[in-house]
Amino acid sequence: MEKKKKVLELKNISKSFPGVKALDEVTFSVEEGTVHVLVGENGAGKSTLIKIINGMYTADEGELYVFGKKVTMHSPRHMKELGIATIHQELNPVPDLTIAENIFLGRLPTRGPGIVAKKRMVEEAQKLVNDLGFSYDVKRVMRSLTVSDMQIIEIIKAISVNAKIIIMDEPTSSITEGEVAVLHEQIHRLKERGISIIYISHKLDELKQVGDQLTVLRDGKTISTHHIDELTTDEIITKMVGRKMDNVYPVKEAEIGEKLLEIKNLTQPNVFSNISFTLHRGEILGMSGLVGAGRTEVVRAIFGMDSYSSGEIIINGKSVEIKKVSDAIQEGIIMLSEDRKLEGLVLIRSICENIGLPNLKRYRGFLLNKKREREDALEMKEKLAIKAPTIGTEAQNLSGGNQQKVVIAKWLLQNPVVFIMDEPTRGIDVGAKYEIYKIMCDLAAQGAGVIMISSELPEIIGICDRTLVMAEGRITGEVTREDFSQERIMSFALGGKAVNDEK
Amino acid sequence: MTKSKENGKFNFGEIYNKFGIFLVFLLMFVIFSVWNQSFLSGMNVRNILRQIVVITIMACGEQLMIICGMIDLSASRVLACAGTLSAYTVLATGNLFAAILVGLGVALIFGAFNGIVIVTFDIPPFIATLASMMVAEGAIMTFTGGQNYSNLGAAFQFIGQGYIGPIPFPVFIMAFILLVTYYILSWTPIGRAMYAVGGNTAAARASGINVKFTKFFAAAYAGLMSGIAGIVLMSRMNSGQPAAAVSYEMDAITAVIIGGTSMSGGTGTVVNTIVGSMIIGIIKNFMNLQNINASLQKVVLGLLVMVAVILDIQVRKSRSKG
Repeated sequence: MEKKKKVLELKNISKSFPGVKALDEVTFSVEEGTVHVLVGENGAGKSTLIKIINGMYTADEGELYVFGKKVTMHSPRHMKELGIATIHQELNPVPDLTIAENIFLGRLPTRGPGIVAKKRMVEEAQKLVNDLGFSYDVKRVMRSLTVSDMQIIEIIKAISVNAKIIIMDEPTSSITEGEVAVLHEQIHRLKERGISIIYISHKLDELKQVGDQLTVLRDGKTISTHHIDELTTDEIITKMVGRKMDNVYPVKEAEIGEKLLEIKNLTQPNVFSNISFTLHRGEILGMSGLVGAGRTEVVRAIFGMDSYSSGEIIINGKSVEIKKVSDAIQEGIIMLSEDRKLEGLVLIRSICENIGLPNLKRYRGFLLNKKREREDALEMKEKLAIKAPTIGTEAQNLSGGNQQKVVIAKWLLQNPVVFIMDEPTRGIDVGAKYEIYKIMCDLAAQGAGVIMISSELPEIIGICDRTLVMAEGRITGEVTREDFSQERIMSFALGGKAVNDEK
Repeated sequence: MTKSKENGKFNFGEIYNKFGIFLVFLLMFVIFSVWNQSFLSGMNVRNILRQIVVITIMACGEQLMIICGMIDLSASRVLACAGTLSAYTVLATGNLFAAILVGLGVALIFGAFNGIVIVTFDIPPFIATLASMMVAEGAIMTFTGGQNYSNLGAAFQFIGQGYIGPIPFPVFIMAFILLVTYYILSWTPIGRAMYAVGGNTAAARASGINVKFTKFFAAAYAGLMSGIAGIVLMSRMNSGQPAAAVSYEMDAITAVIIGGTSMSGGTGTVVNTIVGSMIIGIIKNFMNLQNINASLQKVVLGLLVMVAVILDIQVRKSRSKG
């Protein structure tokens, strides 16, 4: 194999924050025109490493080389000039501007003072897009694109300002499988043009499709670097968590019991229609489908976050009307929102207060029973192994997995009968994922019913007893464990077929 | 404190966050005492206390609003409206009890009205309270024709001017309000709910918190505080003045911010607000003792607000770094 040129090289990089050594003698390099995958659990040091590469942080020790030259000046601007760009997990395009305007944002070509040379801008943008081998019409409004397309535009923008090394931080965490395929295809195209990519992802199954090399980080140290084909997924996991993980999914032992929740013809015009299904005690019911199929909207209606215009919700044989969240909680229906930062946590408040929030009734009295609240929080911290210095730590200072555990903790105190989890493992590392699956199994074993919305088919297949599949606001299919296969679920998710089968 | 030194960086925000506003207050207190001999005299201290009463009571209301992510711009006009009507009532009926009831009632109605408008129509609190500020001002001017009501009688005057032992009576009222506010914020479910609503409204709603009621409660409470402040102030002046206390809500908001309550909501304690209010109080008093004119005083207070907001942002930055 011919030796490729190293475009980026990190030698013995260390970085400490008060109380933590985030990076410990990390050595890492990227070859020209390759995709170098970076994996590690949350808190392993990936984001610190990225921030050192893109100039946000300065390393305490060690050396950084870009295109063979030692970097002495550390600032985001300087690193950008050297050709390093970062595509963040959360994109922030201006949705109502066109692709061309977004690409040239902040440096619009002008003719004369303050007048935008619109025609020239469109031409240049189109040329840029075409030259890179893409086929977008740059006059399209950004809002009309899918998330993966926006990511591509973001990349094009980066390349247009001369980026040679692109860091992609979990680019696929919020896009559908179809979009992932598109993104990967485009990445291959970029590679051929000599662009190097550092690719971070928690989705291990996609790494082999996209990566060339792989480096595992754990506890701030580089564990090893491999050619992507040298390791199996299980071996990667073992290296990431530092112990052997026999199974990615826990064994579910709960027996499926009596009917617990029944949804009849739930409808909200233009959002979802005629949703009917049942959930039993001890059951983990999946809800698959593509992003935008209406799954989240259905469960939000069941939880009283959004309204539904007709239909019936029956729990334990009793028909209930759910108009607001507290009605749902009253009936023992609990939901974990898909966006924990947006709807799960009050980031600036402590773990303790966040756990206490839905449970304030328990602590009611002339004086709020803070002792009991603390005890509950401590018990949950222990039970769910939430990694934080104290329960007084602000939620914003926790890693994604631990934040998710805090959200789960606050709901577990309610002793849920029906626990709805919307994308519970999104952006969470393997170890924490396992723990969340375990919580679901425990809930089922205690006789609760669990509904899990997930866009990741492997986890639906791995953990659910049965899955509903939705497309365009309707349930298009139902697949039981015996019949689980990615193909079958996908065909329902793409709509059509199932409806014909049933009727 | 040594931790940040170890890091090699002097992080002012972090230090400020840890030691809080108390150090600033103490420092000022010491400097002022040394600078001007009369500052520490018993009479002057009582003066300071009496002067901060009105602002502190209003600040308690503003603090609840700000914690919920709202603001009350109508406070000083509601104060004038409620206080003047209270003075009018005592003159008309001679009944102290009725006067207090009218003052508090009018203020509570304004607060509740603010709350209802904000939560039912989802109007930004800034706009809603700006509108009710004009309503309150116009209403009381129409009612009084701009006239003052003076000589309110000994019983009414006691509220703002009386003494119990060496301590001014209004200071007791202030202490009671502070206690109640502290109780609400720290020891009741609705207090918790306020921090959650201000910190992340969507998360609060998803946790089953009644967001609308929480906001309504804060607005109504802020109204009530304006009423109490109005009665105290009119009593101290021995006169119901519809044009009094112009832009007092700005001083109250300043006190809350200087105390370290973030304008973006979700944080802040009543203890800090007391200190914030006292800082403003001693600065104003000191400037009076030094014969600095009122216009220049405004410049100083304005700069103070800027410093406080800059500190607030610094603190938030240092906290979210983790």
